[in-house]
Amino acid sequence: MKTIKILGTGCPKCKQTEAVVRKAVADLGADADIQKVEDIQDIMQYNILSTPAVVIDEVVQIKGRVPKAAELEALLKA
Amino acid sequence: MFTWIEWLADQLIFGLLGLAPDTHLGAALHFFVYDTVKILLLLFLITFVMGVVNAYFPVERLRSFLQRNRLFGLEYLLASIFGAVTPFCSCSSVPLFIGFVRGGIPIGVTFAFLITSPLVNEVALALFLGMFGLETTLIYAGSGILLGAVGGWVLGRLGVERYLSDWVQKMAEQPVLTGDFEENGQTFRQRLPGITQEALSIVRGVLLYVIVGIGIGAAMHGYVPEGFFEQYLGGGQWWTVPLAVILAVPMYANAAGIVPVIQVFVAKGIPLGTAIAFMMGTIGLSLPEATLLKKVMTMKLILIFFGVVTTFIILSGLLFNLIL
Repeated sequence: MKTIKILGTGCPKCKQTEAVVRKAVADLGADADIQKVEDIQDIMQYNILSTPAVVIDEVVQIKGRVPKAAELEALLKA
Repeated sequence: MFTWIEWLADQLIFGLLGLAPDTHLGAALHFFVYDTVKILLLLFLITFVMGVVNAYFPVERLRSFLQRNRLFGLEYLLASIFGAVTPFCSCSSVPLFIGFVRGGIPIGVTFAFLITSPLVNEVALALFLGMFGLETTLIYAGSGILLGAVGGWVLGRLGVERYLSDWVQKMAEQPVLTGDFEENGQTFRQRLPGITQEALSIVRGVLLYVIVGIGIGAAMHGYVPEGFFEQYLGGGQWWTVPLAVILAVPMYANAAGIVPVIQVFVAKGIPLGTAIAFMMGTIGLSLPEATLLKKVMTMKLILIFFGVVTTFIILSGLLFNLIL
């Protein structure tokens, strides 16, 4: 099972990202635990400079933009 | 470059809708269509160019460059220019602020970025270019960048580190050096679709504000008499500049909504310096931004930050009124 964290303080782009992630997981039927990280202190543990960011199994995969569905699916299959 | 838009507006309003060019409605609608199309096009071009710049010089690269090089003061200007060309998103300003402080970048340099980022952004530039022309746009962008650099330097000099929130101070004490910036190895051709899409999504995001702003501007053009503001707001008295800025700071408006209104102000007699200062106060500083920053700095630092930036906005407004 993969753990997916969406880092973002609640801006529109962060919400879009969450929607894209949830849809990609559902479409693939992937076994994943999706968490939303909104606390800025927790977000900064990942050493990123811009949100939204997507962390899969504690590795920052996407930062500063809303990911595309295909891109996420590729990451989830890996 | 824009004659074809003129032609398009002619066809649509005078041809298709059959309105006469000399009626109020015909003229106003023509103006509206022409301005909207022109500004949306400029906005797309500017966000596209910024997207290309950012693909090759992301903020991560700026941070590792600043960590490695001594620039003898130029770092403030560099951070400020970066703030201008990075698409602004209020949700990223806090992570960016902490990321810089933690990376050992002086706080003044970080502030230089933070000041310019909302002040000179793609939306403001596109609207200025469309409504005021190239010269005024360059003055606006240049003074915004300079203001960020000088403001950041002053804040750095004041030694404001001690007013950061405790947990941010702890992070600053143990700076982490963040390895070399790695290229992701994509060619320009591979990056192009992403950049285009991002530019389109920014245009789509502000579309409504642009239309509403230009609509209000077009309506005001027709109904506010010439010299109206000059008569009631005292065109050139020095105190109108601080008054305009102090009114503007708590307000928050998208640049797309504010520039068309500012343009009417100027057309009806408000000095350009006062108008630019008002605009900078509106988009550069706002209460929502203060709430975001409260997570990383004490109230005292927020007040110092706002105070310094407000002072410089007022000074630049006064200076413009003197020289323009």
